[in-house]
Amino acid sequence: MKAELQRLSNRAAVEGLLDVAYANVDSPFGPLLIATTPRGLVKVGLPTYDPEETLEDLAARISPRVLEAPARLDNARRQLNLYFEGRLHEFDLPLDWQLSKDFRRRALRAIYRIPYGKTRSYTQIARSAGNERAVRAAGTACGANPIPIVVPCHRVLRTGGALGGYGGGLPMKQALLEMEGVLDNGG
Amino acid sequence: MTQLPPFQALLDEHAADVMAVLRGAVGRGDAEDCFQETFLAALRAYPKLSDDGNLRGWLLTIAHRKAIDHHRANGRRPLPISDPDELSGATAEPELDDGIWALVGALPPKQRAAVALRYACDLPHAEIAAALGCSPDAARRSLHEGIKRLRKELA
Repeated sequence: MKAELQRLSNRAAVEGLLDVAYANVDSPFGPLLIATTPRGLVKVGLPTYDPEETLEDLAARISPRVLEAPARLDNARRQLNLYFEGRLHEFDLPLDWQLSKDFRRRALRAIYRIPYGKTRSYTQIARSAGNERAVRAAGTACGANPIPIVVPCHRVLRTGGALGGYGGGLPMKQALLEMEGVLDNGG
Repeated sequence: MTQLPPFQALLDEHAADVMAVLRGAVGRGDAEDCFQETFLAALRAYPKLSDDGNLRGWLLTIAHRKAIDHHRANGRRPLPISDPDELSGATAEPELDDGIWALVGALPPKQRAAVALRYACDLPHAEIAAALGCSPDAARRSLHEGIKRLRKELA
């Protein structure tokens, strides 16, 4: 049955019927669910989230034509693996921003520009998104980031350096920052 | 209307049954093509589906239509239901032995489909009806007529 299902997802893609393709990817933090539209990577589901709920959410917000099609995500999976091995510092993937709107999208685009191994404060992100006083909204934008890791919201800290929050849990945020050499892991 | 589930959920739950029905209806060799046609048609129509109450019945209905299309395209060849062991989830009743599937294959289309869906796929009458696009009573009658004819052939 596996071959038939793969043939089906290939044909669906060719005929423009594959609106959301997804795959499960291993990571040092647990399984990730990644999803792409024809436009680009649209979702990275962290291990803390229920993949079934994530798929239902994608079906509701983008299209119910959601199929498991790992071949469509080979490139994203390869880059994520390299990133977790510390061998890739900048993702080169087309992104689909459609799950974020307005201020949040502007905030996430600002976050996307934070280089590997650097951090910004929530205040700086709020300013980049066009409203310096919207610090809390900048935090919310991070929390609602549909494409974490690739859009590196783990690089956003409180003014003064406290970790703030993370959808994947603070230990994951800390580990990512240690891996990038931002935080000492001696402590 | 409730939210449509991700299409993958339909595949996970029903792909094996759809394949079994198609193997029963068009034979193992052609089932794969009908399977692709069935799910591509389903995928095409899915976002506009207004009644998601019986997704399994909906898929089986499409499969049935694709099997009919296939038979039309092939000029109504006799149906090769040959080996019930090839049908996944097959739970043939004790009185339906291997050789009988050749006789099932010779039944008229509706009776043949009803018998295959009931005994090869273990579907209840309501789902046979959904797959055949008829009422449960009509499905029951087709099944009954099919069985009666088989008994006669075997007597």
